[in-house]
Amino acid sequence: MTDNNIEEKRPGFFGRLWNWLKTPVGAISLGFLVVICFVAGILFWGGFHWAMEMTNNEEFCVSCHEMRDNVYAEYQGTVHQNNSSGVRATCPDCHVPKAWGPKVIRKIQATRELYGHFVTGVVDTPEKFDEHRLYLATRVWTAMKKTDSRECRNCHKFEFMDFTEQENRAAQNHQKALDEGKTCIDCHQGVAHELPEGYLEAYKEVAAEIEGK
Amino acid sequence: MRKQAFTSALAATALFALAGFAIAQTVGGPVQSLRGADVDEQVNVPDNFTQEKKRFTRNYRQQPPLIPHSVDQYQVDLKANRCLSCHDWTTAGERNAPTLSMTHYLDRDGNQLDRVAGTRWFCTQCHVPQADAPALVDNTFQASSGN
Repeated sequence: MTDNNIEEKRPGFFGRLWNWLKTPVGAISLGFLVVICFVAGILFWGGFHWAMEMTNNEEFCVSCHEMRDNVYAEYQGTVHQNNSSGVRATCPDCHVPKAWGPKVIRKIQATRELYGHFVTGVVDTPEKFDEHRLYLATRVWTAMKKTDSRECRNCHKFEFMDFTEQENRAAQNHQKALDEGKTCIDCHQGVAHELPEGYLEAYKEVAAEIEGK
Repeated sequence: MRKQAFTSALAATALFALAGFAIAQTVGGPVQSLRGADVDEQVNVPDNFTQEKKRFTRNYRQQPPLIPHSVDQYQVDLKANRCLSCHDWTTAGERNAPTLSMTHYLDRDGNQLDRVAGTRWFCTQCHVPQADAPALVDNTFQASSGN
């Protein structure tokens, strides 16, 4: 007990820090540190977000000729680019998740696409692109099917769909899809891009594999 | 004075009751639901008639049937045929769509094929979406026989 009393005479590290903070020099230093961290936090986080958004728009996507000459060219005139209301879905609206976590994961995956662009040039001619089209489409279908067409449903939600406003055929099939738990991509493949040969068979394989699991 | 007020109030109430009863009588009968069906009866939403759902009658025997739905932006090219994703014999059942005529699975030499014959691949060469609209250009077409 007496030993402890002696130790209490000289405070521990945190005790000494606390005492120092109560001096004017300490308080001002701490205040400065807090303010600088706060400002730096805003700058760095804002900068990170800004930089990520710079890579998340149509202009950035079509800055690569692979995108500009193939998929972007095909997208011209489709219903997501040209329609009565003038609302447009750009590349990242469909191909990059909106939620932060999945978005960052997708952005990290996209670094592999940089490797394909700068190093291997895997789809750098229209012919090569067409050769890989089924593979590329299959990857997108797989992602859509796994996430229950999450990116479609950022705008298109069954809850707010007025079937009575739809063409009979569309209304019937949407009701059927709702009842059977189908997802958008199960029927709507190739809404903005050209379909490759054998697309339906390939999609059925994708669906069977995911539904089977 | 007080008695008079009481009588007036009573008269007014009686008048209101009588008027209400009269209105109820003119509207008449038991309470009806807005849709004219029992509450436990399923009333489906009426069909949407913005587009002709029924099949148009053929104008002549050899006329290719008309398409009773929109085919805007359907890809029909060398690589893919969107129509066949519902109308091919392999998918028509699950998609509840009419199957192609079996003549479309015969090649030019009359051989039976499992896939649509190349000569029949481009659907919109013969089949067009139907619309009850005036002809865009005059024509003097005569069917080969009958009416």
